[in-house]
Amino acid sequence: MHTIFKDYGLSTGYDEMFDANGKPRPHYEHVHSRLNELPSGELFKRQEAADQSFLTQGVTFTVYHDDSSTERIFPYDLVPRIIPANEWSHIEKGLQQRITALNLFIHDVYHDAKILNDKVVPRDLIYSCKSYRREMRGLNVPNQIYISITGSDIVRDGDGTYRVLEDNLRVPSGVSYMLSNRQVIKRVFPLLFQNYDVRPVEPYSQSLLAVLRHLAPKGVEDPNIVLLTPGVFNSAYFEHTFLARQMGIELVENKDLLVHNSVVYMRTTSGLQRVDVIYRRIDDDFIDPLVFRSDSILGVPGLFNAYRSGNVGLANALGTGIADDKAIYAYVPAIIKYYLGEDPILPNVDTWLLDDEKNRNHVLANLDKLVVKAVGESGGYGMLIGPASTKKEQEAFRALIQQNPRNYIAQPTLALSTSPCFIDGGIAPRHIDLRPYVLYGDKITITPGGLTRVALREGSLVVNSSQGGGSKDTWVLD
Amino acid sequence: MLSRVVDSLYWMSRYLERAEHHARLLDVNLHGLVDQNPEFAQKRRQRLLKTFDPELTDSDDLIMDILLNRNHPNSILSCIASARENARHVREQISSEMWEQVNRLYLYVNKAKPADIAVNPNHYLTQVKKGSQLFQGITDSTMSHAEGWQFIHVGRYMERASCIIRLLEVFLEDVEIGEDEEVALDQYSDWVGLLKSCTAFEAYCRSYQSYISSPRIVSFLVLDQTFPHSIRFSADLVKASLLDISEITQTRKVGNVNRLSGRISATLDYALIDDIRSDPAKFLMDIQRQYALLHESIYTTYISYPVETGL
Repeated sequence: MHTIFKDYGLSTGYDEMFDANGKPRPHYEHVHSRLNELPSGELFKRQEAADQSFLTQGVTFTVYHDDSSTERIFPYDLVPRIIPANEWSHIEKGLQQRITALNLFIHDVYHDAKILNDKVVPRDLIYSCKSYRREMRGLNVPNQIYISITGSDIVRDGDGTYRVLEDNLRVPSGVSYMLSNRQVIKRVFPLLFQNYDVRPVEPYSQSLLAVLRHLAPKGVEDPNIVLLTPGVFNSAYFEHTFLARQMGIELVENKDLLVHNSVVYMRTTSGLQRVDVIYRRIDDDFIDPLVFRSDSILGVPGLFNAYRSGNVGLANALGTGIADDKAIYAYVPAIIKYYLGEDPILPNVDTWLLDDEKNRNHVLANLDKLVVKAVGESGGYGMLIGPASTKKEQEAFRALIQQNPRNYIAQPTLALSTSPCFIDGGIAPRHIDLRPYVLYGDKITITPGGLTRVALREGSLVVNSSQGGGSKDTWVLD
Repeated sequence: MLSRVVDSLYWMSRYLERAEHHARLLDVNLHGLVDQNPEFAQKRRQRLLKTFDPELTDSDDLIMDILLNRNHPNSILSCIASARENARHVREQISSEMWEQVNRLYLYVNKAKPADIAVNPNHYLTQVKKGSQLFQGITDSTMSHAEGWQFIHVGRYMERASCIIRLLEVFLEDVEIGEDEEVALDQYSDWVGLLKSCTAFEAYCRSYQSYISSPRIVSFLVLDQTFPHSIRFSADLVKASLLDISEITQTRKVGNVNRLSGRISATLDYALIDDIRSDPAKFLMDIQRQYALLHESIYTTYISYPVETGL
């Protein structure tokens, strides 16, 4: 092997670039030889150029200490992740199927609850779910679309099978990185990029706008669409401003909105202007203090009333968290079968529900080998990774599980696939996942690409940005 | 435009103007205190404090109180921090250059150490003044002169007028406007200091090409039509920007705002120096009151109007 890859230790799992014999896979050959051709030091220069580009574009998140703050860029890796056309079409079909079924499921749960009556999904599981919104019962959302925007997390296991790890159906984030990563890599590796037929991600913003337009109340020809942000202190604030700008819609905070006679208005210098669709980047819990958490200072009082009256569209609908609860997740294959009569195209990761005593005993006996997750958490919080944990952490989780088994699930520790990354002057393998963005308007479209997140610490399996993760551009080939 | 955005732009601008004004006051007066006899210097010192905050009677350390006091909302540091905070909330609406400038200024003042400032206060105060002036220049040359810019303009000149009014109120309570003749030698430093507090000394000399006369100085600061730190000049710019804003927004019920700003301009257009001289406190208080009404009216028209009038 050539210089820059000389320390590339192949792990036991699936590597995106190299096959089991250490030969580059065909779709990576160009990248492999290009990286080898580059004079030493050149990658450093390009990495610097990329970092600088993120800084000047302001693609940053803010870290606060006391009354000062510093801006950091989301770590970015230069080596693109490549997905060949046949693999992508498999992912695409799988997500189409999955999102269609999950949307039907949410509608059903809040209407006739057939799937519960038929005992395919246990009733208890729904009613004990923190994200279940009783207020949504019988409420008809525009076009029966609950999940306008999804960012599913997909991983590859040891033999390279793509599996869905999580369905983020509430307020998925990160799409701005998908878009700006592409901008940057085109500038940093223009020739390499041209060598590949990479499908564009740029139409995402316009597709999103179309999806939002689709949620306008009946009879509104030219809807006024806004993006509702929790404000400048939110870690995803950059993304909110980015998307608002790309779509040319107003970025609003709760202070800008008010509800009068069940109609939402925004307060402008030209008087109150009616708001027809809200792309809300605030969780259900906080969106209307009159209906949900009364201590919320981010919400808009009366918003739910306007929503129930059909005077405003929300993306995503409220109560969608019911379908990405980690315990419901175990039932998704059954849900797909129930509504579509099909077997799932993209399999789940094996999951044990812990309110079953047999499962629980098995899991408690194997805490050092398994991954345990709290069902309602996200962002890599509330998680135990068995092989990487201490005895003390395991005992803490044991107690938590015994206290409230419904609140936890367990999964085998996956050997996530690895991808070459530029680390300390050389190329080294790091674990990755994939978050494609799915839009549900008059049809379901999946932007070819997505956010590939990287666990930058050697051996780490946690890719979340809040836990030391980074990202790289994702090339889907034509 | 969103009312919240306008609210932030307006205050960002007011706070920066206030910081610049306080920096100039402090600079001119620290300087002037040096060469005055102790009795006059003491009075001057008290006027400075009173202009800054009517509640403040004495201070051991002017620099600490006016420049760096984090607990006083009107200190230069607090004003710049508030300007930056407002800018931060509308970062997407202003140019990056504007944000960088106000942020740079904040970082500079925030890390300033009292001991360093005490050695050479002039240097620090000059940086603050320049920082604010640079921000204005950047604003004018990098932001569209549309609605948001007009509100920044309104904020800057409303604040400027208020600062000059306050300065004159305190000064004229202490020092009488005399006849139109060269001021007495022992008052010379006070009157020149007043001009300099408004960057007006050179402009005054050019305009009158004559002696330092107290009624002329007051007339210059209140009624001059072309000098940018006179009350009348500020009032005219506020009036013009508010007219532009009402055209852009097409807001109904805008009559009151434009009427009030027009009235301030008219009051100053037709005022005579003798009106002011006979009772300066009354004259200034009337203008100040009109400004308060105007501020309120801008809010009820554009920013925090009741639902019924907004529909």
